[in-house]
Amino acid sequence: MAVSQLIGAAIRRREDPELITGTGGFVDDLPQIGLVHMFVVRSTEPHARILGIDTARAREADGVLAVFTGKELAPEFQSPLPVTVSFVPEKKYPPQYPIATDKVHYVGEPVALVLASSRAAAEDAAERIDIRYESLPPVVDIEKAIAPGAPILHDELGSNLAYDVKRAGGDIEAAFKEADVKISQRIRQQRLIPVAVEPRGVVAEYKPFAKSLTVWSSTQIPHFVKVWLGVILGIPESQVRVVAPDVGGGFGSKIHVYPEEVLAAVASRRLNRPVKWIEVRQENMTATTHGRAQIWDVEIAAKKDGTVLGVRATQYLDLGAYCSQFGTFQAIALLLIQGPYKLRAWDGRGVGVYTNKTPTDAYRGAGRPEATYIIERVMDLVAQATGVDPAEVRRKNFIRKEEQPFTSLMGLTYDSGDYTTTLDKALEMVSYQQLRKDQAEKRKQGRHVGIGFSTYLEICGLGPSVVTTAAAGIAFWGMAVLNLHFTGKATLVIGSSPHGQGHETPFAQIVAETLGLPLDDIDVVHGDTAIGPMGMDTYGSRSASVDGTAVYLSAVKVREKARKIAAHLLEAAEEDVVYENGKAYVKGSPTKALTIQEITGAAFQPHRLPAGMEGGLDETTFFNPPNFVWPFGAHIAVVEIDAETGRVQIQRYVAVDDCGTRLNPLIVDGQIHGGIAQGIGQALFEDGVYGEDGQLKTGTLVDYLIPTAPDLPRFELESLVTPSPTNPLGVKGIGEAGTIASSVAVINAVVDALQPFGVKDVDMPASPDRVWHLMHKNGGRKR
Amino acid sequence: MRHRVAMTINGTQYEHEVEPRTLLVYYIREQAGLTGTHIGCDTSNCGACTVEMDGHGVKSCTVFAVQADGAQITTIEGLAHGSQLHPLQQAFWDEHGLQCGFCTPGMILAAKQLLARNPNPTEQEIRLGIEGNLCRCTGYQNIVKAIQTAARTMAVPAGKEVQAPAAVS
Repeated sequence: MAVSQLIGAAIRRREDPELITGTGGFVDDLPQIGLVHMFVVRSTEPHARILGIDTARAREADGVLAVFTGKELAPEFQSPLPVTVSFVPEKKYPPQYPIATDKVHYVGEPVALVLASSRAAAEDAAERIDIRYESLPPVVDIEKAIAPGAPILHDELGSNLAYDVKRAGGDIEAAFKEADVKISQRIRQQRLIPVAVEPRGVVAEYKPFAKSLTVWSSTQIPHFVKVWLGVILGIPESQVRVVAPDVGGGFGSKIHVYPEEVLAAVASRRLNRPVKWIEVRQENMTATTHGRAQIWDVEIAAKKDGTVLGVRATQYLDLGAYCSQFGTFQAIALLLIQGPYKLRAWDGRGVGVYTNKTPTDAYRGAGRPEATYIIERVMDLVAQATGVDPAEVRRKNFIRKEEQPFTSLMGLTYDSGDYTTTLDKALEMVSYQQLRKDQAEKRKQGRHVGIGFSTYLEICGLGPSVVTTAAAGIAFWGMAVLNLHFTGKATLVIGSSPHGQGHETPFAQIVAETLGLPLDDIDVVHGDTAIGPMGMDTYGSRSASVDGTAVYLSAVKVREKARKIAAHLLEAAEEDVVYENGKAYVKGSPTKALTIQEITGAAFQPHRLPAGMEGGLDETTFFNPPNFVWPFGAHIAVVEIDAETGRVQIQRYVAVDDCGTRLNPLIVDGQIHGGIAQGIGQALFEDGVYGEDGQLKTGTLVDYLIPTAPDLPRFELESLVTPSPTNPLGVKGIGEAGTIASSVAVINAVVDALQPFGVKDVDMPASPDRVWHLMHKNGGRKR
Repeated sequence: MRHRVAMTINGTQYEHEVEPRTLLVYYIREQAGLTGTHIGCDTSNCGACTVEMDGHGVKSCTVFAVQADGAQITTIEGLAHGSQLHPLQQAFWDEHGLQCGFCTPGMILAAKQLLARNPNPTEQEIRLGIEGNLCRCTGYQNIVKAIQTAARTMAVPAGKEVQAPAAVS
């Protein structure tokens, strides 16, 4: 393969040989000697005071080394778990400690720890712990939580209201005054449970004489965990090492510092033994954060030709029992509702509410699927109300390519985009006109086919430091260290920490192409804070554009230094030296070239270097992107609903995505497949349901349905490439785009299929019983 | 009370004392030390723990170790011959049939069973055949593709003697 073709080549992942042979290393697979197993005793009550915990019988059980209650461990914590600004600096939130002391606020909250010689011994002993609770009335419903007289979760806050904020731009009154069509709609985003197939797990080892702590965790954010373990436990950050080994999926559910990471570390410090905690699935369903959990009230102002003038909406966000670390990140939706459209006004209100449920946090897309869901439902509601075709409504409202870069009503600058072309391409793929004719024909036969669109716009690539600090309270950056060894082999250490994405392969491709090194000569290292640079880890589709750019810039710096060394060795002026395909030569004399391996050898022989130059070929880049990146695309779902059962079958799913330069199309397409599947899961199957008693009713994979292979169609993918001007590679992000797009494409298709029944909206998941009831609302009569 | 169990895993004989409640998956992982077989749920839904027991696919979280006494077990570690990958492993790699890789060992073992029963499955037969194995990363598209590719690789030209897939392990 020619070197110039490496970026953009569909190269198989170098991560895979270990994973397909069962020789990888997830946390539970790592060999450890002298481990103590930790079992976390969790609250069975959604809202209660802890009156007493009797641990005497558990302490006497076989194999038990220690039992700790929250009260016993409380002095260990010098800080509560972190909470970030995440778009809502105005919020009120209670301190959340890793383990409850006096009161529990959700089913699954840690209340005691058992440390024993085996997992089974710990679990057996836990059954001998007697906890006396005084039950308090649980707060479950978002609206009832903020109604007068509701029981209060956190007395110190005075109510269950975390925040009530405005985010608006443009003249909304004028928009509604000018409107021919006004539509109101309540839209629900059900609570989702992320279900990474690997539950979480932690091994912590505190070494008392070295005073150092090492933690292996199934996390997306080893660097954040390192910082916060230091803060919470009073250990200098430099003595904390966090390793994210192979991580079996995250989807946002592993992007925060979790109680168990702290608890395992504390237990290790107390016992002077390495401590292991492995989450089991039923535990995971309440102990790991949930996502979405929102109600939206939406009002739309439009003209009868389909022009959308303005949108006013309130997002009620169920934060669960505490404000999780990025718990209000989903409020980013209030900044993004505009999508790829030229709205004149947006009037948003965000209300955050505490309830006695598992805390919510980022879940694949985190606020962006919700924003897309709202504006894409808006487009279809307007189409339905005006009789204008939904594709036409979108086309009419799109920001045009020549209007880029475009500044949104909320002051964000879209970097590039060509929304019409992606839509046209998708329409062509489904033969849209013919498809509509077929739909009409089938309707006559009593069959219910629906066509749904989602022309999404996504923000990702966290982020420009000044903007993210103002909005999210965190400065972000990308980081990469590239070291060349004596023999010209390279080690690339990256600041992001993958959990299934496959960073190693495309990042090696960037270095190989830039330096002309053989791909296999580049080793990529990540996920170990003792080795890695001060990275910012992996979430929000940021790695390719931010850390990928840092990788590229490090390789460029190495190349430029190599060129200087070559000029010196070739006794030529630097500007006369050409570097290409791993060789440097004086212009016009390509036969007398020095290879990068020869140049690297010289770099480690100081006497061969230009005067004043330091030896070695090691370059570090700390990249602060000037803007976000803005991927976009057009997805179309075609569904048919079984009239007898209400079951939705996806017949075709077409996706045209533009994520700028595609570093490795194999990986890009894989991300899109998985993303679409996850959004379809929300649209049709998944529902985290709590009873009025505050108990999770969908606490196993028997009740909480994630998509299986026969539930999904074969996705038909096409791509366009509009390079991002934000970074030199022209890269955007693709990790979440599929999920952002697909839920609403499917729901729009379901609503379209149900047009004969006068249906305007369907709550997710559009399960057979829900759809059947909509079809039989009027005794089965069509409108 | 503990029971003595003996079984052959990937051609090697193992013998240990176990509690009667010990699940086969924990025996494989913690006593035999073969950690390629994973645990993703506790309700037999996810299939990450799928192994072969006496030629049949089982979810090893649903079998007690004592039930496997005397059995022949094949796990993911038993599929490759040295560095020579099993055609399914090769196809999962070539077709990008995995992302995080946690479900992959179970998925490959389930696919091996599927192809043993039906060496030339349709796409729909593949999708139904792996219904008991959950993947949260890939949307199954490239898993299906990998199984199709492996089916082609494993198909032996007419007239040649066909080796049972189990012999590969």
